[in-house]
Amino acid sequence: MDEAIREKVVRIIAEQAVVEPSDVSMDQTLEDLGIDSLGLVESIFAIEEEFDIQVPFNANDPSQSDFDISSVAAIVTAVEGLVADRKAG
Amino acid sequence: MRRVVITGAGTINALGHSVPATLEAMREGRCGIGPLDFRDVERLSVRIGGQVTDYDPEAEFNRQQIALYDRFTQFTLLAAREAIAQSGLDFHGDLAARAGVVLGTAGGGVQTWDENYRAVYEEGKNRVHPFVVPKLMNNAACSHVSMEYNLKGPSFTVATACASSNHAMGQAFAMVRSGMTPVMVTGGSESMLCFGGVKAWEGLRVMSKDACRPFSLGRSGMVQGEGAGIFVFEDYEHARARGAEMLAEVVGFAMTSDAADIVMPSKQGAARAIAGAMKDAGVSRDAVGYINAHGTGTAANDKTECAAVADVFGPHADALMISSTKSMHGHLIGGTGAVELLACIMALRDGVIAPTIGYEEPDPECALDVVPNEAREAKVDVVLSNAFAFGGLNAVLALRKI
Repeated sequence: MDEAIREKVVRIIAEQAVVEPSDVSMDQTLEDLGIDSLGLVESIFAIEEEFDIQVPFNANDPSQSDFDISSVAAIVTAVEGLVADRKAG
Repeated sequence: MRRVVITGAGTINALGHSVPATLEAMREGRCGIGPLDFRDVERLSVRIGGQVTDYDPEAEFNRQQIALYDRFTQFTLLAAREAIAQSGLDFHGDLAARAGVVLGTAGGGVQTWDENYRAVYEEGKNRVHPFVVPKLMNNAACSHVSMEYNLKGPSFTVATACASSNHAMGQAFAMVRSGMTPVMVTGGSESMLCFGGVKAWEGLRVMSKDACRPFSLGRSGMVQGEGAGIFVFEDYEHARARGAEMLAEVVGFAMTSDAADIVMPSKQGAARAIAGAMKDAGVSRDAVGYINAHGTGTAANDKTECAAVADVFGPHADALMISSTKSMHGHLIGGTGAVELLACIMALRDGVIAPTIGYEEPDPECALDVVPNEAREAKVDVVLSNAFAFGGLNAVLALRKI
């Protein structure tokens, strides 16, 4: 896992959840952290701005999106993939 | 209390430039949604919408008028022309002094905001046209209708996002019913299909990139439309005395607030508005044959709306029909309830129920008769029109055959 990406994603999620980054663990879900659908859309926006990427995500049915949001670790991995794609592109 | 009837209807939207053209498209289940065509569309990720096509403002209005009329005002005036002509009313003397205009719009002159922000921010201009403010204000359309037709009574514009038109028509209904005024011109209009308008909606991530498929499994969100719907609401005795044709009777209205969430709908809030409209109309739930749904095609709205209808109607929910014409004309935001009222009038007058097109597979969470893909002939006596806005503001109208 890319440490710099992990740190930035955790910071964004922690800010949405109104907790300290040190209180966010990789196996937590956004629900565990108390982030609702609006918070999720805001987090995705913040991630796009932070990494200059397009996150494929439709709030209508998050489970059908190509972007895995099932846990903090899954989000970090997905962001790593998108950042790598951007650099390759 | 007075009875209130509709004696005129007018529209322009993605399905047609008149009521007959729109109703024909609804009967045929035609889709008015297509590729968007405006400046910078290539910078959008959502590029479809229910745009009004084959429309040339210069064929309808002169240069001075266009300088003052944002597209939402133009649409309003065209729809008002058709509605008032059908009503046969001519406003002068006491009638002019008492008759007014109440309209709904969510964004008002969004195209004017967009064009002028572009001029000052992107193009670096330091001067804008002197009429920017009177062109973009939310009440511009209402004021121009009042000026055009000499309507000098109670007039204003309401903005409750996607419920604006229904709230406006609810006000017009209450005002005529109370005897405050014998005639109100009402309805709503919206035109935010421009770069900034669609970009703002993109941010919410509830917009579909392919089609609006309300209640269908695999639906991918809402699609925006534009246009206007305008009606003449008239005191029944006033209309009868002059031998006017009556399109339908408005019998009930209710509005509620969820007081819960700025975007997520509430089943209880929707159900209270639906039940309230029937109570206000004095009709039993078994009398309702058709509901024109809010039916945006988002996961959140459609399942919440179906659950609310199931709660209110109990076993009768399986007997009634409910369809979303947004699948054809898109979501006209503040103007949507007005265009959708046309489907209600068609159901009552012509016995034709407009379909929900683009329907692919049943969704177990929307297990109602949504009139999939094809219009249906059916005799109905009472219909409802639902509108549930962002901000949790709900407005439901009840109409009866006359």
